[in-house]
Amino acid sequence: MTALGNESASAPRTTPLYEVHQDLGANLVDFAGWLMPLRYGSETAEHRAVREAAGLFDLSHMGEIHVTGPQAAAFLDYALVGHLSRVAVGRARYTMITAGDGGVLDDLIVYRLGDDEYLVVANAANHDTVVAALTERVPGFDARVDDRSAGYALIAIQGPEAARILAPLTDADLTQIRYYTGYRLTVAGVSVLLARTGYTGEDGFEIFIEPGTDAPRVWQELTKAGEQYGLKPAGLSARDTLRLEAGMPLYGNELSADITPFDAGLGRVVKFEKEGDFVGRAALAHAAENSRPRRLVGLIGHGRRVLRSGHEVLCDGRTVGSVTSGAPSPTLGVPIAMAYVDGGLDITAGKFTVDVRGRAEDVDVVELPFYKRDR
Amino acid sequence: MSVPAELNYTSEHEWVAITDGVATIGITAYAAEALGDIVYVEPPEVDTTVQAGDTCGEVESTKSVSDIYSPVNGEVVDVNRTVIDEPELIGTDPYGQGWLFKVELSQDPSDLLSPEQYTQLTEGEG
Repeated sequence: MTALGNESASAPRTTPLYEVHQDLGANLVDFAGWLMPLRYGSETAEHRAVREAAGLFDLSHMGEIHVTGPQAAAFLDYALVGHLSRVAVGRARYTMITAGDGGVLDDLIVYRLGDDEYLVVANAANHDTVVAALTERVPGFDARVDDRSAGYALIAIQGPEAARILAPLTDADLTQIRYYTGYRLTVAGVSVLLARTGYTGEDGFEIFIEPGTDAPRVWQELTKAGEQYGLKPAGLSARDTLRLEAGMPLYGNELSADITPFDAGLGRVVKFEKEGDFVGRAALAHAAENSRPRRLVGLIGHGRRVLRSGHEVLCDGRTVGSVTSGAPSPTLGVPIAMAYVDGGLDITAGKFTVDVRGRAEDVDVVELPFYKRDR
Repeated sequence: MSVPAELNYTSEHEWVAITDGVATIGITAYAAEALGDIVYVEPPEVDTTVQAGDTCGEVESTKSVSDIYSPVNGEVVDVNRTVIDEPELIGTDPYGQGWLFKVELSQDPSDLLSPEQYTQLTEGEG
């Protein structure tokens, strides 16, 4: 056995739910500078709880950046690839922030909280990059970029029973809260932004709590309400296999500054129809009109060995790409992976294998996602 | 974390039980807990000669893959076929049904840790 555990140069930050995780016996790891629960018991059991009942996640490491002012909408239309001025108050959008060359700096969810107020949610690992890019792009607009990440906690409840568990804890009529919306409401008596969003492929809610010190109360109330429905606390490990089954990209794996949204099969998030220039427009227009250098596909392994990030994908013995994320799929019972392969490759012809540490493992190449819930 | 008193250990988180010149080898409860759900294991093949410190197999969990090192010198005389089909046994019963392989010793092992030394090591890492 090789050495176990993760080491970090400086002490990682803790979330407002740190003591809750300790009481639950969580396996805590340094993730993007935060001490986060990897799992509480079996990550496979946590994964299944989210698919079959519900799971509770601490996502307080995510970045929350408020953008306000009379030109907040115009500014975000310039700074991001999405058409944020078209988003109605109460609605949310999945979007991206790119560099001038079209490379993805982060994928984001942006909530429109008011006519002149947006909440930009960034990945923990990219928080500094996103804050710096927004701050750099805002001069000339009557808008303000306010990084409030330190004050927020974020709890997600995900799974088919999520709405049933949450309903008695809020005055909101959850049947009126549609997918990709977010409203200021109360949960367990605490003022929150309640959003019907998630990253698991299931129905569910994300609960933004500011100040974050109120988060343990919300967590405990949800835990109590969820007991009879099979709610389990779930860690980052289950979150990763859930999003992989659902074919959702992860920054650092499927997305990076070397990748355009078109490479990742997410070109639809780039809204060329919006008026005026935006950062990356020329480079992205070029990327949209030219053949893709690479393409994101799914792989299903025939054996039991795990296909992992960095493993080469071969077609008839020739290297055609590499794995970006892989794991054994608890839902399908086989190894699955996402991989970038050459853009022009015919995925219906040839014998595909993955080089797993020197041994060729047979795989099928499939379109994403691997899992889609029944609606 | 359980560290049975009748076993010896390595700093690579393996346990060793020696009876009549044959060492039974597995991974510790500490290692199994740190790895998470174990999904694949490949022990060495019977009849291979192993040297202490050599890589001789691998254990995969959802999140990572780890090499298995031989803690002793000798010849592999038996392999636990059950854990190949049910790798989760390594996590649920690491010192029992989750054993990995047996080696007939060609010389007495040196550098194995006592239960006290191993406990100290894992507390240091924990």
